[in-house]
Amino acid sequence: MRGKSEGWLLAASLGNLLFLYLPIAVLIAYSFNAAKLAATWQGFSLDWYRLLTQDHALAAALRNSLLIATVSTAIAVLLGVGAAIGLERLPWRRRAWLDGAFLLPLVMPEIVMGVSLLLLFVLFSMPLGLPTVMVGHAAFNVPVVMVLVRTRLRKLDPHLEEAARDLGATPWQALRRVTLPLLQPAIVGAALLAFTVSFDDFVVTFFTAGPGATTLPLKVYSMIKTGISPEINALSTLLVLASMGLVALSLVVQRVYEK
Amino acid sequence: MTSPSVELREVVKRHGSTVAVDHLSLSIRRGEFFSLLGPSGSGKTTTLRLIAGFEHPDQGDILIDGRSIAGDPPNLRPVNLVFQQYALFPHLTVSGNVAFGLEMRGIARTEIRSRVGEALDMAQLAGKGDRLPAQLSGGEQQRVALARALVNRPAVLLLDEPLGALDQQLRQEMQVELKAIQEQVGVTFICVTHHQEEALTMADRVAVMDHGRILQIGAPQELYEAPASLFVAGFVGLSNRLDGRLAEVEGTRGRIEAPELPAIQADVPAGTARGSAVVLVIRPERLHLSPQAAVGGFDNVMPARVAKTVYNGHEMQYQLRVADRLLWTVRVPNADGGQKRFRPGEAAVVCWNRGESVVLTQ
Amino acid sequence: MNSSQSRTDARQAAWLLTPSLVWMGLFFVLPLLIVLLISFASRGTYGGVEWIFTLANYRDLADPLYLWIYLRSVALALATTGLCLCLGFPLAYYIARAPARRQGIWLMLVLIPFWTNFLVRTYAWMNVLRVDGLLNALLTNAGLTSRPIEILYTDTAVLIGLVYGYLPFMVLPLYAAIERIDRSLIESARDLYAPGRAVFTRVIVPLAKPGIMAGCLLVFIPSLGAYITPDMLGGARSMMIGNFIQHEYLVVRDWPLGSAASLVLMAMVLAGSWWYQRAGGVRPL
Repeated sequence: MRGKSEGWLLAASLGNLLFLYLPIAVLIAYSFNAAKLAATWQGFSLDWYRLLTQDHALAAALRNSLLIATVSTAIAVLLGVGAAIGLERLPWRRRAWLDGAFLLPLVMPEIVMGVSLLLLFVLFSMPLGLPTVMVGHAAFNVPVVMVLVRTRLRKLDPHLEEAARDLGATPWQALRRVTLPLLQPAIVGAALLAFTVSFDDFVVTFFTAGPGATTLPLKVYSMIKTGISPEINALSTLLVLASMGLVALSLVVQRVYEK
Repeated sequence: MTSPSVELREVVKRHGSTVAVDHLSLSIRRGEFFSLLGPSGSGKTTTLRLIAGFEHPDQGDILIDGRSIAGDPPNLRPVNLVFQQYALFPHLTVSGNVAFGLEMRGIARTEIRSRVGEALDMAQLAGKGDRLPAQLSGGEQQRVALARALVNRPAVLLLDEPLGALDQQLRQEMQVELKAIQEQVGVTFICVTHHQEEALTMADRVAVMDHGRILQIGAPQELYEAPASLFVAGFVGLSNRLDGRLAEVEGTRGRIEAPELPAIQADVPAGTARGSAVVLVIRPERLHLSPQAAVGGFDNVMPARVAKTVYNGHEMQYQLRVADRLLWTVRVPNADGGQKRFRPGEAAVVCWNRGESVVLTQ
Repeated sequence: MNSSQSRTDARQAAWLLTPSLVWMGLFFVLPLLIVLLISFASRGTYGGVEWIFTLANYRDLADPLYLWIYLRSVALALATTGLCLCLGFPLAYYIARAPARRQGIWLMLVLIPFWTNFLVRTYAWMNVLRVDGLLNALLTNAGLTSRPIEILYTDTAVLIGLVYGYLPFMVLPLYAAIERIDRSLIESARDLYAPGRAVFTRVIVPLAKPGIMAGCLLVFIPSLGAYITPDMLGGARSMMIGNFIQHEYLVVRDWPLGSAASLVLMAMVLAGSWWYQRAGGVRPL
């Protein structure tokens, strides 16, 4: 590669990275800025973080988010793993359209999913609350889990299950003793991803949450709509650090499994 | 008369529009080391999978020890399969793998431990029970696969190309070892392979298959020295070929004529009609190669010119142009030091006796 | 001969598959059907639905006012896709050609913002783009402007937000496709006297085509249905389809019209996917 174009590429790439990180860096910087709103630096301060800890509604929202994410991930993993394994066992012809059907939620705009669920609950007179949010989250996470698990499933040696059957295992024993243990890394990875997606979700939650079911993203949104306040910067910084922590965690988990 | 260990009766299996197994009937004796030999696509692997239970016959029946098992799922058959790529469970240790079948059948833990120990000893894997498959060599993995199958004391052991993944040296060692294990354990072995020397070395009887049918069954010696068809002659060992017409025949002594060649004396199967088109087949090691001089004592003598020489360590292989028409191969062992070695381009004569060839009708 | 084995296998597959099918049917297919149904109904006097069949909703959508919203959304989605492609290609190319160890680090750097909450990321841009935000502070200090520029609450802000949000979706498939290109193909083009630019346009771009298509699909479709970005960064003047639907449902409470709008959006998304598959696109998953 000639030197000139190599340098140009590097510059473009660094520029991209700058573009990606600048807003976040600004956010983090402002969260420690003693000034309330000005863009100028007026000293280091942890006031905004202190204000956060006193916000009880925020703590409730965090609890809701964690609860919803845990329950909906558990449901999605159970359903998604079953779907992945079940689909792979089907004869090819019947599988084709089911494949597409499972991928449809991933293509569908979140707004459409949100409003359609809202209509469903209203039409069937179901009050909006935590369960309705969990139901929606589980619904859009099932394809996520299914795709991740299925990718790994396809890479498994197909003879392993045959060997288990040959050695006396019924189909369910073969599933429990051979297939599922071998799928474990993929299942854990899928669970982590589904948890994150659920925790971060806004649009679907917006339409399916009732009073008392406010999640963290919903709270952040209402804070932003009320008016820009520096507490939002502090909260956002915490969320950014939490995401990075989660990425690091999933990398560590992957590294452990590869051993 | 004890019932055969494994019996297939008119089994047919189709894959889409191709017939993988075509009205196959087979009877294998108890304690026999049986080999299914054939090129890829011959249906031998499908036959094995039919016996194992991973495929079900479209027609016909499969019996083990006299009982029909064609409808049984694989986990209920008294049969175990050693897979071509071993299919060892990567998440279980060697002991875990070997114990698997016993655990599936609910055998008591103490008995499992002792039987697994026995199996590992027999497979020369003692002390390696706690290793994972990924930490073993190819040969060791193969022995684990074997132990995992044999520990269940099946009536029949199936092997799918067991030596395919091993290197030459290991392969020859394992051939001897497998045969020894089989004789020690006394279980019926059915081995599928496309390497004819493997089948010839290990098996008591061999069935040569092509296109879903059995062309010939017999002891290795029978198949090699008395092939019943051109395919078998060509597939089992190297052979030289000559097409001609049976000019004269008296009992089993025949005279074959071919254009531009001297008349050839050969033993022919009884009842071969005079004038029929025949193919003469002779093994490379049965031909005698002499420098161009009058040689006596042979029924057939033909002039030849050495085209290429190949040094194979223990033998010389010469590719000859016989009577300026046929391309034949001759093998001469390098036993004595003073033996004549031919060079490319040299003239020679190739000779043999009538009993050393096999004559087949088309 | 009976195949009892394949029957138990099929039975197990059914047991494994059915729960998820039921769940998806109830909470995905059924709601969509309801939307479809309501799109043909009429609006009640106080909001809500009156079950009178009509095609008026779809006809109303053809009104230039609404049509403009759809056109703007398509234009924004196309612009986003184009910008992401231009910005993302050099980055993807650079990473794909970096030594293997560094590739992991670069990819992680690209992914970390992507793992961050979308709301937070969009809010971060509000901070930068507002009248008393960082951008204006920089521009004023550098003497480039005397008055602060109003970028926030315009189409430009929405575009920036969309590109920012979906750039990783373009970079990752591009990287995967470029990384897969056999080095020796590029070398043989060089050996056959091709100058740098020709190597790029005649060898690299065509071979990276699956990645380009996948990236464009993964950016265009979510951009079309975007809600958070136009809601926070755009104003009343920058309404996209997503905001329009929310407006109809929760503000105007015209569910039938909102449903019709949703269905048209779905149709556009499906049309885009179908065209992508026809053009030979491989499913990125």
